[in-house]
Amino acid sequence: MPKITINGKEIDFEKGMTVLQACELADVEIPRFCYHEKLSIAGNCRMCLVEMEKSAKPIASCAMPAAEGMNIKTNTQMVEKARKGVMEFLLANHPLDCPVCDQGGECDLQDQSLYYGVDKSRFVENKRQVKEKYMGPLIKTQMTRCIHCTRCVRFATEVAGVPEIGAIGRGENMEITTYLEKSMESELSANVIDLCPVGALTSKPYAFEARPWELKKTESIDVMDSVGSNIRVDTYNWEVKRILPRLNNEINEEWISDKTRYSCDGLLKQRLDVPYIKKNNKLYKSSWDEALELISKKFQEINPDEIAGHIGDMVGLENALAFKKLFNFIGSKNLEFREKKFYLNSDEKMNYIFNSSIQGIEESDLILLIGTNPRHEATMLNARIRKTYVRKKVPIYSIGDPGELTYDYQIIGKKTDDILKIIKKENDFSKKLLSSKKPIIIIGESALELKSGEYIFEEIKKFLKQNNFITKDWNALNVLVQNASTVGLADLKIFPNEKSDYTFFDKLNGGKFKFLYLLGSDNLEIKKTNEFVIYQGSHGDRGAEIADLILPSAAYTEQNSLYENLEGRVQECRKASYPIGESKEDWKIFNSIIKKLDQNNKNFKFELLREEVKEKIQNFTEINELPEKTLANIKDIKCEFISEKILIKPLDYYYSNSISRASKTMSECRQINQTVRKTG
Amino acid sequence: MSLKKVHDKQPDNFEFNKKNSEEIDIILKRYPKKNKKSAVMPLLYLAQKQNNNWIPLAAMKHIANLLSMPYISVYEIATFYSMYNLAPVGKHFIQVCTTTPCLLRGADKIVKLCKEKISPKENEISKKGDCSWVEVECLGACVSAPMIQINDDYYEDLDEKNTSEILESLINEKPLKPGSYRGRKNTSPEKKFFTNGEKHA
Repeated sequence: MPKITINGKEIDFEKGMTVLQACELADVEIPRFCYHEKLSIAGNCRMCLVEMEKSAKPIASCAMPAAEGMNIKTNTQMVEKARKGVMEFLLANHPLDCPVCDQGGECDLQDQSLYYGVDKSRFVENKRQVKEKYMGPLIKTQMTRCIHCTRCVRFATEVAGVPEIGAIGRGENMEITTYLEKSMESELSANVIDLCPVGALTSKPYAFEARPWELKKTESIDVMDSVGSNIRVDTYNWEVKRILPRLNNEINEEWISDKTRYSCDGLLKQRLDVPYIKKNNKLYKSSWDEALELISKKFQEINPDEIAGHIGDMVGLENALAFKKLFNFIGSKNLEFREKKFYLNSDEKMNYIFNSSIQGIEESDLILLIGTNPRHEATMLNARIRKTYVRKKVPIYSIGDPGELTYDYQIIGKKTDDILKIIKKENDFSKKLLSSKKPIIIIGESALELKSGEYIFEEIKKFLKQNNFITKDWNALNVLVQNASTVGLADLKIFPNEKSDYTFFDKLNGGKFKFLYLLGSDNLEIKKTNEFVIYQGSHGDRGAEIADLILPSAAYTEQNSLYENLEGRVQECRKASYPIGESKEDWKIFNSIIKKLDQNNKNFKFELLREEVKEKIQNFTEINELPEKTLANIKDIKCEFISEKILIKPLDYYYSNSISRASKTMSECRQINQTVRKTG
Repeated sequence: MSLKKVHDKQPDNFEFNKKNSEEIDIILKRYPKKNKKSAVMPLLYLAQKQNNNWIPLAAMKHIANLLSMPYISVYEIATFYSMYNLAPVGKHFIQVCTTTPCLLRGADKIVKLCKEKISPKENEISKKGDCSWVEVECLGACVSAPMIQINDDYYEDLDEKNTSEILESLINEKPLKPGSYRGRKNTSPEKKFFTNGEKHA
């Protein structure tokens, strides 16, 4: 390995590194504004100047490739003087409004001016003033503060794939703006707020809400979609003020989607705080005692076969297990977690997870999407596909039309027949697929929902197995599920029977149930007739609307719980705040119901529930780690092929769950998105 | 020079005419296919020439689609370069050089005359006639300072009297001839109609 000397210390570095990266290896911190690990190099802020031997001038370390035998000094007077000079120029036009700036306390410019700033300004001319720009409902701009690092411009073009931000004009008059000041049409737009090293782009919903040092920070994970992005929840007292991304290169890198970030204001609205009981078609406030009395009465009255339970999209594993135990206790097996009929073979873990793993996408050399729109269904995963596309120009194909995906792809068919052709090696694409080394086939819920969903899935699996695409090293079979709870609940076998078929839905639609217990389930389509419906959840949404009894429970930020993301990675969601009003954690509610039914029964203990969950999860390795890899078992399932059109069901991205539906910010985003779609 | 603003009234669409379309084909041949966005500057210039010396947003969009570029990139380029006009200019578009040599030789007086005769502000179309003016940086004719550029022609060696005559002639739609107004041939020394090189040749 080549060697470089930094401040007299010789270190090895990898070829292709820049001087700044080499300095980081040597634990020397270099101040910077424009440089960002995940973005291309711009080299325009000049803050990272260092001294290089045999160079008369200081060099910008972020843009200078490290080379064998370089001698870099970062602690000399020349370097300090150079950096002070740069800082003075940056501050010449930067307003002194730190006390009213939302970035205060977490501002790169503020921090670095502590070391390199000069206490007095020599700049006597007027500071420049730049008009605020409109960038949509999430981003508040104060462009006078902008130091033109162009991080936001590079993020929009490179990562988000919506080149809508740019720098117009030049020199003193350069301004950062979106094209004609339209809102940025991306699900990742709010990441520019984190990227902005100054207070030019700040969060609009969080404006003047709190200071960073007042907030309690809890490391947690997101449950808005199945990716399980790593987040940090910032709370002020019990109120969730904001959600920020946490670095995890295996899942979300440094970004999170707008829904993850801004649904948090929905945690304060539409909340269920006390139990409600419906009397004469109207919901009345009630108490836990009354509610429990009613439940135990109903449980005793109704035949267990006619009691059914449905678990919703954001329920953690311990709560689901406690729910299953409650149902075991009363002797009912009618449990389900799917919101619609889609084929899910729960025999093997491989059948419902994203086997190639999110990081594995970067290694792939061919991607085929079948009936899925990853941009809306799993935004961070789509960002990873885009990253791979930008880096390697990996060919991407789709069956079914997913619409704009932020990268180029080719539609190779819209019918199930096209899948059949691939399997029978009849078209050009199958040749390409067979000649690729690490292909990725992503099957979406829209494809599994088809009548021939079973056929499609099992045949593709067989085809991949036969052609050595399912091995210990590489597994090309990927299922993209939409909900945070899906994979975990499939592991816990929340099904009416072993076969994981549609018994529940048939019985539900046939009106066979007299008692329906909805655990945080808002997206299940129910035609309510005479059933007694209990809704247990955090928000007064679709489920609560039809409920006869409402039990208030905690939202995902208010209870500890495990979740499994689409890769089958088990992650821990931590309690950042307290359940609102009289609401309780879900498993505690089940405890009190069981206690009510049978005085002698022992309470669940959370730790024991967690242990049991870990035992029940198939191929479980460790928390935060991928599950063990297995080889596929091929089962001969005799199912019929039906020629169908593959329609990718549009997902109402900003309105996909009860929390985002309660969020004001999300409805603003949705409104803007819809008007953009109409007017173009 | 302040940031250029796009005009309030924009045409709905823009198409290159037949002659320019042919020209575009020739321009695009200069660049490899994958780098066709290199042609953005000549194309913007063509659009400006076709559309009375200014570029509407519709033209930028058209060019962006033609070269498969994001709109914002074309917009950035159009706002960066001072010689692209983003709002209508007069039929006689006067660019007054105010960089050091011209300024030392009295460009400020020319600016004052423009303010009086054409419009008190830059980039405003005159009430009489069809003229507009703008201050620009060095146009590279310092040897004949002070000078102005009217559309494609240079008017050099000016003073207050003949500038005023030129401006009047533009307003009355009878433009005077371009070139030196002290009778110099190109950039040759005054009163001698040859340059050093010619004499010694």
